[in-house]
Amino acid sequence: MTADAPPSPQGPTAASPARKARAARWARGLTGVVIFLAIAEALGLTGAIPQSVLPLISTVLGHAVQLLGSGRFLADLGATLGAWAVGLALTVVAGVPLGVLLGSLPGVRVATRAIVEFLRPIPSVALILLVSLVLGPGLRMSVTLIVYGAIWPVLYNTMAGLDDVDPVAKETHRAFGFSRIDTIRMVSLPSAAPFIATGIRLASSVAIILDIGAGYITGRINGAGLGAFIADYSSGAGNLPVILAATLWAGILGLVLDRTILAAEHRLLRWNHTRLAEVS
Amino acid sequence: MSRLNWLWRWVVLAAGVGAWQLWASGRHSPFFPPPSAIVARMYHLWFSGPASHVFLTADATGNVLPSIWRTLAGLAIATVIGVPLGVAIGRSRAMSDYLEPLLQFGRALPVVTLAPVFLALFRIGNQMEIATIAFGTIWPILLNTIDGASSVDPVQLETARAFRLSARERLTRLIIPSALPKIFTGFRLSLSLALILMVFSELVGSSNGIGYEMLNAQNSFDLTELWCTIVLLGILGYLLNAILNGVQRSALAWHRGARGAEAG
Repeated sequence: MTADAPPSPQGPTAASPARKARAARWARGLTGVVIFLAIAEALGLTGAIPQSVLPLISTVLGHAVQLLGSGRFLADLGATLGAWAVGLALTVVAGVPLGVLLGSLPGVRVATRAIVEFLRPIPSVALILLVSLVLGPGLRMSVTLIVYGAIWPVLYNTMAGLDDVDPVAKETHRAFGFSRIDTIRMVSLPSAAPFIATGIRLASSVAIILDIGAGYITGRINGAGLGAFIADYSSGAGNLPVILAATLWAGILGLVLDRTILAAEHRLLRWNHTRLAEVS
Repeated sequence: MSRLNWLWRWVVLAAGVGAWQLWASGRHSPFFPPPSAIVARMYHLWFSGPASHVFLTADATGNVLPSIWRTLAGLAIATVIGVPLGVAIGRSRAMSDYLEPLLQFGRALPVVTLAPVFLALFRIGNQMEIATIAFGTIWPILLNTIDGASSVDPVQLETARAFRLSARERLTRLIIPSALPKIFTGFRLSLSLALILMVFSELVGSSNGIGYEMLNAQNSFDLTELWCTIVLLGILGYLLNAILNGVQRSALAWHRGARGAEAG
């Protein structure tokens, strides 16, 4: 349910009552969505919310369908997806080793703590203007911002995961004569994997927000992307339905990416399911 | 030992700043002013005011204070709505089932895309910014509260019933306290999100605030001032986080086993 709590494990061999319960939940969720849409439409039609303030849901949905036929929108959607992928990949490649370094060498962690705690709270959007002056607009700028903003959840969750490793397992492994690096690779990292996966999911949503935010503030000059798309349309007065339709797709994109990472996590960490459920 | 750690930590920070100072003053890059120049400008910009204004300048009271106020107001609204709503939804299995897809979608919605919508709905300035911050920060609080309230130990609930605790007592003595660690997790995520949205909404539509000041600095190519605002935001985030840590420590002092992934 939450940003950081994987749902309880549901093995591939889940019995049919479990499957039935899941179907019931789906039905309820779908009902909830339909009721919500109906209420929103009714509020607009009766004039409780003037249509000049907020367009009808049906209008927004209509535009959302039309957008799928717009080459420019699809190109922008693709560009955001690309920046997300590159940014998130770099974040993981930089964040996990850094987290392992800080998590397994207490001396380094203590020493760098003040620096990390000053850097972390700087909101990454605050860097948009600086980075756009230093690097110039474009993919390089978006990716730099994404890595800066998204690395913290990966870093902190990797460290938390390493803290959580069973010391007996580590000591036992060491006692068999394995080197420290082998122990990290064969015991600590697998044990910390669920934490790292949670960090990557948080990082993924940060990455999308930052790419769209940077594109929106810098505009088309930053290249294609959903942010630029919305910036293009935000100048006109009657464009609210299109903006809301694009927002709808942005939300769906975020949801799909989140579920994809979650599914990958469950697949890759199936052996670790009992632990997965424990991660808070 | 811990005092030594503490000292060591600040020595490393000082060394880092010193290295930056040496590097920047040797290079004279317009993009990377030395820390000494940034600190001097920060003092001049914000803290060189008259004693009657606690040494705050007009710029500080006109730009920095409104930003802080909006951040806190947005977070307060998100908390006041999110926590009770979260407890109510979390205690009802059916309600959570009906609302789950909508709530997940709300969380996934990149709130930055809604800035033009909020600009159209609200007046530029406080209204629009507080609405953006509140809308964006409510999801982590809401979803974590739901999770916390729905995972109260059933044995404890049964015990509370057996001891004939009223519904109200069960809520205040059992459900809220056991949901509290989760609520704090959500609040921590919301706090950093609030700062992001504060800056973002001020960059997009505002006539004052830290974000507005950044935009001015960028337009006049005043990189030192731009760096000042970035450092100020870092300090602000650090302080807000430290306050939250203090509150959490005293609120969860009973919760010895509080642990779990620190979620950036």
